[in-house]
Amino acid sequence: MLYINCPHCGMRSQNEFSYGGDASVKRPELNKEVSDQEWDNFVYNRKSLRGKHLELWQHISGCRQWIKVERDTVTHEIFRTFKADEEVA
Amino acid sequence: MTQAFRIENEGLINRAKKLSFKFNGKTYFGYEGDTLASALLANGVHLVGRSFKYHRPRGFFGAGVDEPYAIVQLFRNGETEPNIKATEQELFEGLEAKSVNCWPSVNFDIGAINNFLRIFLPAGFYYKTFMWPKSFWYRIYEPFIRKAAGLGVASTKHDKERYEHKYEYCDLLIAGSGPSGLAGAYAAAKNGAKVILAEDKPRFGGSLLTSDVNIGNQSGKDWAEGIIAELKTMPNVVVKNRSQIFGYYDHNMLVMSEKVSDHLPSTKKYHPNKRLWYIRAKEVLISSGSIERPIVFGNNDTPGVMLSSAAKEYLKVYGVLVGRKPLVFTNNDSGYETAIEFKKHGVDPVVLDSRKNSESEIIDEAKNLGINIKNSYVVVAAQGYKKVKSADIASISEDKKQLGKIENIQCDCICVSGFWTPTIHLASQSGNKTKFKEEIDAFVPGQSKQNEITLGAANGVFSLEETLKSSFTAGSELSKKITENDNKIAIPNVVEKKSSQHDKFWCVPLPKGKNYKRFLDFQNDVAVSDVEIALREGYRSIEHVKRYTTLGMATDQGKTSNLNGLQLVSEIENKVVPAVGHTTFRPPYTPVSIGAIVGREVGKHTKPTRKSPMHSWHEKNNAVFVDAGVWLRPRYYKRGNENLFEASKREAKNVRTNVGVCDVTTLGKIDIKGPDAAELLNRVYTNAWLKLPVGKARYGVMLREDGIVMDDGTTTRISENHYHMTTTTAQAANVLSHLEYYLQLVWPELNVNVVSTTEQWAGAAIAGPKSRDLLRKLFTNLDVSNEGLPFMGYMEGDLFGVKARIFRISFSGELAYEVNVESHYGNFMWEKIMEVGEEFNIQPYGTEALSTLRIEMGHVAGSELDGRTIPFDNALEGLVSKKKDFIGKRSLQRTAFTAEDRQRIVGVVPLDKQTSIPEGSHLVKDDKAPLPNPKLGHISASCWSVEYDNPFSLAILKDGKNMIGQKLFAMSPLKNKVIPVEIVSSHYVDPKGERVRS
Repeated sequence: MLYINCPHCGMRSQNEFSYGGDASVKRPELNKEVSDQEWDNFVYNRKSLRGKHLELWQHISGCRQWIKVERDTVTHEIFRTFKADEEVA
Repeated sequence: MTQAFRIENEGLINRAKKLSFKFNGKTYFGYEGDTLASALLANGVHLVGRSFKYHRPRGFFGAGVDEPYAIVQLFRNGETEPNIKATEQELFEGLEAKSVNCWPSVNFDIGAINNFLRIFLPAGFYYKTFMWPKSFWYRIYEPFIRKAAGLGVASTKHDKERYEHKYEYCDLLIAGSGPSGLAGAYAAAKNGAKVILAEDKPRFGGSLLTSDVNIGNQSGKDWAEGIIAELKTMPNVVVKNRSQIFGYYDHNMLVMSEKVSDHLPSTKKYHPNKRLWYIRAKEVLISSGSIERPIVFGNNDTPGVMLSSAAKEYLKVYGVLVGRKPLVFTNNDSGYETAIEFKKHGVDPVVLDSRKNSESEIIDEAKNLGINIKNSYVVVAAQGYKKVKSADIASISEDKKQLGKIENIQCDCICVSGFWTPTIHLASQSGNKTKFKEEIDAFVPGQSKQNEITLGAANGVFSLEETLKSSFTAGSELSKKITENDNKIAIPNVVEKKSSQHDKFWCVPLPKGKNYKRFLDFQNDVAVSDVEIALREGYRSIEHVKRYTTLGMATDQGKTSNLNGLQLVSEIENKVVPAVGHTTFRPPYTPVSIGAIVGREVGKHTKPTRKSPMHSWHEKNNAVFVDAGVWLRPRYYKRGNENLFEASKREAKNVRTNVGVCDVTTLGKIDIKGPDAAELLNRVYTNAWLKLPVGKARYGVMLREDGIVMDDGTTTRISENHYHMTTTTAQAANVLSHLEYYLQLVWPELNVNVVSTTEQWAGAAIAGPKSRDLLRKLFTNLDVSNEGLPFMGYMEGDLFGVKARIFRISFSGELAYEVNVESHYGNFMWEKIMEVGEEFNIQPYGTEALSTLRIEMGHVAGSELDGRTIPFDNALEGLVSKKKDFIGKRSLQRTAFTAEDRQRIVGVVPLDKQTSIPEGSHLVKDDKAPLPNPKLGHISASCWSVEYDNPFSLAILKDGKNMIGQKLFAMSPLKNKVIPVEIVSSHYVDPKGERVRS
């Protein structure tokens, strides 16, 4: 079970969180013309990365904040965590 | 029975307490502190079971967790449990156990014929033999195999025992209380670290209990006792025996199974049977020791053949002689230690050493004691069927290929030592990349991935002095990092005998003309010949060889067989062992009770139960409840002998003619506040929200980004920047997360706050033509006329002194209102409604009547919004704004979603107006068409229309828009029904929606 450092609450076990997928996906802006391909990329197409992956988790049984977690999909090592509005450098 | 093999003045058992027990129906005696295995051996019982495949007689091979085959069915306190290792089960008064995998008895087992048929049962025989004809597998082969195989029977009764889960955090977790574990724990504890020390056996000390060593002028055993006693007094230390750490998971989470009660005749009141510990450790010290490796020779599975370390443990810990004429077969000095113990207790062993010559302190001691030692000698085969009677032995050439003349010597047990295999399971599970250590012919942990360190024998270090030194140091260093204390510990003097180099020899060649079975894996009956076949047939990867032959599988997980299997593969393949590699070690290291894994989450505790504030009223009024997610909701209120059908019909009819009240507390409620609240709703819902006036409610549908309907409900504008959203019961949590997702990540610029208020409000839906009359009497100073409170209107009122919210919304399709009060007043509100409503013939109605009412009105619910439908499918396209953008809008342009013959909701009526259509039935054109009969749609919900007094269903039907008036068939192969039906509008009752506005 992963041990995730919630930037708001501190170290918490994985069972307090729910997974939210790839954090690098950007929703197309509202009222903007979007091609089928762009929209499919947003809704469906995901890379199954091997290695470092920036992903979303929600601290659902805690502060309810969505956070970003930089995690290795092979070793499960967590490198850094970020608040939702924090820039990932 | 006398305990003929028990000796005086040796062992750690309590001779003052004699215990009686039964094995295979026969009564024996043992002592407190025995295991079932040691007590049986004290009574001279060696035959405990039959092997898995060939049903060969099997006895005891080990003395603990490494035991591959002494597995029994245990009976305790009216319960039975399979898969119990006799070597681990502690004896208690009245214990009963039986052999497994034998019929009719362990002494006469019909399955033993497999032993003579074994030529037909080679590796992979399941895959080869039972393939044709295909239909035979289910009817003949599988039932037969099931009956003949198996390691016990699971109880079919409800388990009365309690199992607990515990979460724990510590600085240093130590797996194993041998010399390494004790030293590490002691040093860390002295530095003030929070330490958990786990030992799977009842006694602490590991190898110190049986080895002839001195630490700080005490015997190893006394030193261990002293350390444990001191650790137990320290508040920062948890010391646990009977506790097996069986799994090493991500981020230093380890799981331990503590056997709290298995050693007692019955579990004490308020105690669990087992306790599962989830331990998050900052650092882990793996001191799991090592397991002696067998040497492979002919018939090496005969009862009486066992590991030499096990024989020594039976002697030193339990005071039991495993034989009176022991033969020790060794390739290293450990066998001599066992021989010396025999000799000291007046038994004359013969030692066969595969090495040509070897000299060490231990061997000198053996020689001085006058032990008969034969160098360059091996056991070729054990003789005897149910018990070793003699051994065929021979000298062996230096290259270990040629056997000399076979001699037969009498013996009653053969104690084998093929050197030691470090127990690296936990380290490997942690992700540690293991490495092969040539000097010991075994794998040891290599590069750590997590915060773990393996020390002592588990790390391939067999010198006590070195082990203590490294473990004291590691304990100090690891704890110093955490507590910043640095208390120096003086490392005690160690006196131990030095060993000589072991021999790499591991498998005795077959003599000419003999075809003895030479077993590698005792639990799964995998012999040398099976692995040879697998390789001949082309299996190369060790993982494939494992699965094809079953080598190293099942509960044993290759504890004694792993390395010998690898040696064999490497020899045949002409590779070195590290090039072959080992199979993956997976948790659990030892079998774990399902009960322990489940813990307290059984029966009612599998999920939380949510009850509305009116629950006790429902109970008192004969409500029959149904699970709605985690909520309990009244399904109907039973009157007299009514059944579900009659009661729900009565309740629904009363709503259509008078007035009914339904508990709608379970609906999800979300409070939305902030200047951008309207903008949020406008983006979340498909319809327009910017112009909703204060004091008005609106129905909305929300989509996922893929265009599929996610949820529906009404949202009310309470004040300028304050909205009250309702969701369906099932989707409440998901909708909240959905809103939070967009507010926190996608549109953080929106100034809005959302919070769940589901539990803050109790809700009652009041529905029916007389509902307004009732409302007038509930809120006497409010104008609730059609003008004062129009459809989709909202007002606040005073319900006999309690603040209430009144919404004019309807799910039933009747004139209806929903009243909310703060949860604490829910029951008060409900009772007032019932009391005041009496004159209008009010009746409470449950979810069944609620469904009936919404189905015949064509209102969609969860069975239509099933994660596969878009607004059009539910006839909700009128709510989809063409002007503004919203979540999921772009997806609605997908080709399939705009198809002309897109599926759509319809009503379905059976032609005979009698037969109810099962939910889930498929709609087809031709009921006689050959299978697969093309499916046009499915029945999503069914009811008995109280308006028309005939069955009515909703369906999602392909090209539903153009199907009205068509005749189809509803087929339910599950219920074996074919019903001719007519397709009608989904708005079966009041299609113009006049009633809700009346």
